[in-house]
Amino acid sequence: MYRPSWGRTVGALVLALVAGGVTACGNGGGGTTAQPGQFEGRGPITLAQGKDTTGTVQGQLDRWNTDHPNEKVTLAELPESADQQRQQFIQNAQTKSDAFAVLNMDVIWTAEFAANGWIQQLPEDQFPLGEMLPSTVATGKYFNKLYAVPYNTNAGLLFYRKDLLDQVQAQPPKTWDEMQATCAKVKALPAAAGIGCYAGQFDKYEGLTVNFSEAVQSAGGKVVDDEGKPTVNSPEAKAGLEFLVNGFKSGLIPRDAVTYQEEPGRRAFQEGKLIFHRQWPYQWTLANATDGSSKVAGKFGVAPLPGKSGPGSSSLGGQNLAISTYAKNKATALDFIKWFANVENAKKNLDSNSLAPVYSSIYSDSALQQKFAYLSVLKQSLDSAVARPRVVAYGDATLAIQENAYAAITGAKAVDAALADMQNKLTEVTARR
Amino acid sequence: MSTETRARPPAAHRRPGRLGRAEPKASDRRRAGVGRLAAVLLSPTLITLGLVVGYPVVEALRLSLTVTDQHINQETGLIERTGQLGFDNYTGLFRGESGARFLNALWNTTSFALATGTLVTVLGVLMALVMHRAFRGRGLFRAAVLIPWAIPTAISALLWRWIFSTDGIANDILNTQILWTTEGFHAWLSVVIADTWKTAPFIGLLVLAGLQVIPAEVYEAAKVDGSSPWHTFWKITLPLVKPALVVAVLFRLLDLLRMFDLPFVLVGRGKRSVETLSMLAWDDMQNLRFGPAAAYAVVLFAYTAVVAYLFIRVLGADVVGRGMEGKR
Repeated sequence: MYRPSWGRTVGALVLALVAGGVTACGNGGGGTTAQPGQFEGRGPITLAQGKDTTGTVQGQLDRWNTDHPNEKVTLAELPESADQQRQQFIQNAQTKSDAFAVLNMDVIWTAEFAANGWIQQLPEDQFPLGEMLPSTVATGKYFNKLYAVPYNTNAGLLFYRKDLLDQVQAQPPKTWDEMQATCAKVKALPAAAGIGCYAGQFDKYEGLTVNFSEAVQSAGGKVVDDEGKPTVNSPEAKAGLEFLVNGFKSGLIPRDAVTYQEEPGRRAFQEGKLIFHRQWPYQWTLANATDGSSKVAGKFGVAPLPGKSGPGSSSLGGQNLAISTYAKNKATALDFIKWFANVENAKKNLDSNSLAPVYSSIYSDSALQQKFAYLSVLKQSLDSAVARPRVVAYGDATLAIQENAYAAITGAKAVDAALADMQNKLTEVTARR
Repeated sequence: MSTETRARPPAAHRRPGRLGRAEPKASDRRRAGVGRLAAVLLSPTLITLGLVVGYPVVEALRLSLTVTDQHINQETGLIERTGQLGFDNYTGLFRGESGARFLNALWNTTSFALATGTLVTVLGVLMALVMHRAFRGRGLFRAAVLIPWAIPTAISALLWRWIFSTDGIANDILNTQILWTTEGFHAWLSVVIADTWKTAPFIGLLVLAGLQVIPAEVYEAAKVDGSSPWHTFWKITLPLVKPALVVAVLFRLLDLLRMFDLPFVLVGRGKRSVETLSMLAWDDMQNLRFGPAAAYAVVLFAYTAVVAYLFIRVLGADVVGRGMEGKR
């Protein structure tokens, strides 16, 4: 006979416990304000950043360590994914651990980390900020105070099929209309049958925020104004989003592109399926590989992004260096950042890791220009580049952008409705915190 | 489990002793000694369980009841937080935009569990029946069936991502142009397919174990009585394999209710068509809203517990190994 008992109930509960995986997480309290100047203590510190795949960073640390035997810097390698790096930084801050001293952070985290008191305000006069690209310096600031020093930067480029454009005697386009016209001509070529016209990163992830912001900026609008107020209900923002939406409708952008992140897009470009491709500079070397992986090696060029009625504007990528509030030996950390982010090291990072430098002077170095043929174009792109919204709740802001931009390009929402919803949500997100 | 083990010795002892308290005192003392020894022997397990299971649950409950109010100090830009106890994190689950997101995630979680649960049960039983038969290459077949189960979920999600890419095999075979990883029913379906592929072997393996203990005589008797194969399956195989099957399905169901990695890697975060409760909790935690994240986790926990309880009550899953005791 069936006999109900506590055993069964307890069994069910225990099972649910083990299987249900209830996770607990520590609650983070706000940190204390640290004014610049409180950098005391010397001794060994750690530099926390993503994987050092080429060994360049370790080489640089070895040099520092030889010169500073009592203030050695150890490299704490974090996972490659930016999300996981952020998670580790946050856990480190919430346990107030001194395990990480210098943090190599994505540019979009500055506001969140500064507002939570996890990183220390830095003395502006001790860094050569004047020699750096102004837009990169802006990414390290929060409430007009410097919290992070630009380490490297990044901007989008328009990769185009030079061989095909030459055949129709076209120059790389400066506007969206020119791009469309050139595309129509190229598509008429027998050699270019079935080729797609333009793609960027349109899957629902951070890349969409980047591409949407670029469309808005390239139409003369802004996602967030200088005071931090969202302005995606402007006519310019509408023109920007319409470019993407109509692009999908008219076939300028292939249907597949709504699933593209960086890598699927790169595969398509390398297989010769795209005439124009908005991509980060890293594609240059890979698409030029002559080992057979790329069908377009030597057949493409780069140009700054096109815009609505003139050159477009890119979103800004890159990394900044900051000092953890809970670190020991902050005097060493400050000295180390000054050295680690200097011109020589920036040159080295470009040379061996293709990391775009934040110093304008490096872009006119002729030896490096020779090695990186895209360098002067990248500089042009960087000069008009705009940082993504600097919002404390960046995760919520970017999701609001992705949600509505995605709905618009997939046709689930009309452009006006999507932008109105985005404006409301962004207003709520920026006001809440 | 531990409660069960501790509760049993006295119960087992009492049953033959109809005379009640009339037993010798020495036996009582011995029994107390055995009890103490059992407690001492079990304490490491209990302490470990308390630390890794009990404490997080209590802490999650506490967090879910902590309502954090925060605003930015307009001069310093620093976040100022105040926390108090309250039920706002729970009421927030059903209100407004986050409410819609929660209900959507709850629906996804449930529909994944139902659809995939049914599919893996049917396929798993079929696999087990095939694996149970003697034929050439049976060893190879058994090994092949187990491969999906051996591949870590995140890896198999990546594999399926390739299969479901626009120019992938799935579209090739079906001769379609479906953008599987975009929002919509197809995204949901891709997760169901991938999860079925991965976990049907698990059911298959456990059911196979159950099949192997069914005595051959039962089948011989059925044959002699002229039972059709179909009849034999429904009247003999299924009832006899049911204890193993029910436990296997229960485990699978609990796994499905906390599904996270497959939709996350295969389709991507933030896609509403496949967002599950675990993903929602993760997302809130990522955005430092620990209170609501804990509330999601607690709700998921309660939901899982209820499902497990109902499953055990209704289908009589024998999870704690009480064997035939319930039938006595």
